[in-house]
Amino acid sequence: MATTNEELPAKIPFWRDEGKRALVFQAVALVLVAAVGYYLFANTQANLQRQSIATGFGFLDHEASFEIGETVIPYSASDSYSRALLVGALNTIKISFIGIVLTLILGTIIGIARLSTNWLVAKIAALYIEVMQNIPVLLQLFFWYAIFYESFPPPRQALTPVPGVFLCNRGLIFAVPAPHPAWSYMGWTFVAVLIVGWFLNRWGRKRQELTGQEFPAGMITIAMAVVLPLLVWLVAGAPTTMDVPVMRGFNFSGGVTVSPEFSALLLGLVLYTAAFVAEIVRAGIQSVGRGQIEAAMAIGLRPAKVLRLVVLPQALRVIIPPLTTQMLNLLKNSSLAIAIGYADFVSVANTTINQTGQAIEGVAMIMLVFLTFSLLTSLFMNWYNKKMALVER
Amino acid sequence: MSEDTAQQKKPGREYLDAPITKIGAVAWLRANLFNTWYNSLLSVLLVYGLAVTVPPFFKWAFVDSLWNSSAAACRDIDGACWSIIPQNVKFIFLGFFPTGQEWRPILAMAILIGLVIYSRERHRWRKSLLWMWLIALVVMGTLMHGGVFGMPVVETSKWSGLPLTLMLSFFGIIAAYPLGVLLALGRRSRMPTIKTMCVVYIEMIRGVPLISLLFMSSVMFPLFLPEGVTIDKVLRAQVAIIMFTAAYIAEVVRGGLQAMPRGQYEAADSLGLNYGQTMRLVILPQALKIVIPPTVGILLAAFKDTSLVVIIALYDILKTTKVTLSNPQWTNYSTEAYIFLALLYFIFCYAMSSYSRRLERELHTGR
Repeated sequence: MATTNEELPAKIPFWRDEGKRALVFQAVALVLVAAVGYYLFANTQANLQRQSIATGFGFLDHEASFEIGETVIPYSASDSYSRALLVGALNTIKISFIGIVLTLILGTIIGIARLSTNWLVAKIAALYIEVMQNIPVLLQLFFWYAIFYESFPPPRQALTPVPGVFLCNRGLIFAVPAPHPAWSYMGWTFVAVLIVGWFLNRWGRKRQELTGQEFPAGMITIAMAVVLPLLVWLVAGAPTTMDVPVMRGFNFSGGVTVSPEFSALLLGLVLYTAAFVAEIVRAGIQSVGRGQIEAAMAIGLRPAKVLRLVVLPQALRVIIPPLTTQMLNLLKNSSLAIAIGYADFVSVANTTINQTGQAIEGVAMIMLVFLTFSLLTSLFMNWYNKKMALVER
Repeated sequence: MSEDTAQQKKPGREYLDAPITKIGAVAWLRANLFNTWYNSLLSVLLVYGLAVTVPPFFKWAFVDSLWNSSAAACRDIDGACWSIIPQNVKFIFLGFFPTGQEWRPILAMAILIGLVIYSRERHRWRKSLLWMWLIALVVMGTLMHGGVFGMPVVETSKWSGLPLTLMLSFFGIIAAYPLGVLLALGRRSRMPTIKTMCVVYIEMIRGVPLISLLFMSSVMFPLFLPEGVTIDKVLRAQVAIIMFTAAYIAEVVRGGLQAMPRGQYEAADSLGLNYGQTMRLVILPQALKIVIPPTVGILLAAFKDTSLVVIIALYDILKTTKVTLSNPQWTNYSTEAYIFLALLYFIFCYAMSSYSRRLERELHTGR
């Protein structure tokens, strides 16, 4: 353009100054959000007053007066709402934790199976992934729950696939060893072995750095973890009594019962999420170049070491971020428990909302609890991710 | 290939066939099922497992089954009672839509599915397609709601079954997309207030389950409105789904924006384009193209997630099926009903995900 400097205005008008324009824009946005917020707040206040709904968290100390089917900590209907909600939160943690562990195991197995050289294994794994990913998890939950409730017989005709294990419409009931001090001794021995094993591993690595000699710390730890608790069991008198469930009246007594609600929820969540985890694991393993494996073999590493020292560390770097998303998905999907009647946090909070009418507090608590859980999970996974990340020069 | 070798064969010479272990079925089995001892073991175990489970299932599903009978007839058989579907087909698919008006939701669904199939080809992605979609949405809304051209009004509380599922997902996706793009732009903005608001919104929504938003829409939202104003339940759930999906789309779009090289922004600046022009003409067309495959993934998830409206008692196709199952006549055939629904969802989702894979392949050839 033929404009010269002299023709330009000395001062830029404020609507052309990017900095000032940004300020105005932000102020407008802020005022808008604040106005909408205030409008909703005022409406809510008026509505609450008109419908004479109490506000605040005072209801937490009131008596809950509803039963919860399964609890981690002791709970009765005469306890307060806060305790009921705590029970719900613990149930959410329980299902999510067990679910995540099982999902990781199953997902890894299916992901590896998908890459198997065995045609049948690879095809079945692929079919599994395709089918599970494309059916809503809620439908799967309903399906498993219906299987438990309708296809399994009543307790009297319970199926016994293995002696001591019963499958009926009251859930999965199985025998456990009867209480005996030997069991806790064995547990403590196992923990002690793990601690010793950790130190052994450290010492072994240090020695390898100094002398170049390898020390099979892992194998020794595994051997100790198997043998020592067994020895303790023998020394403590080798208890073999089992707490076998028996029919009494209309239901079983003794043993451990896993409710149909818990089983259906766990089964649905694990089978659904494992399909996604399998795809992530497959992509992670495929991301490690063939050259890496060939190079590792060329410097004389054994197959197990190739996997542990070369393939896994690189694959995990690709796997961990999407895996975190899937774990969070499982955690969030555990809230579907409400649809089949497992008393997780959302379900308890919903009952609380229905009884007290304090919807705002209830929904706010649900959101807060899940935000906290999500945040904690992603903090942990970010820490792990940082630990595994490539150390660049 | 074989003809070539045949031509090269000279008469008067003896030719041996390749050993049976190197070609044909035996070789294939060897290479793919029995190449190592543990693969052989796995194959044998799997074949045994399939032999034990598949024939009984086949017998249950196809041989001993009834396909269109009364509930009473089903009680006498061991197989599947698929009759639950044809006997209740109207309620499962259309729910409470008034009798005599069924053609309206069916036509609306046909328009929707037809348009989706029409939009599959990329060479049809032009401005005119956008207009077609807008017109189609209006037509579908009119068909469902009625009130003009002599069609009686059907309240949204009567909208149920498959039309509700499809409507919640498609309207949700269509409304969430622009909102998600705006949120992604906001998150990348250099203005701290805008950026903070977008980050807080996106992270908060992504941190909570969809159920909590649906609860918010069903129990909390009525409190937000001034006295006397009510918004119907379907619309509230729709808003919750839009809010939820938008946050996920925003994150996907942000990925696309981050993948844009700086040079693109600088080139746009040096052409004298302002922010709006830069985004509309240079950045977004490229960024959105990169993220088409993950976006389809989000859409797929949104489609599956609409089934959650069951929990706030909206009558989508899952809920109408459950209502059918609560009829004492049919209550024992939930396995059949759920398998049918699973198949239905699978067909929709599989079509979407294989389309996404096709797009990924097509778009892979350079930007």
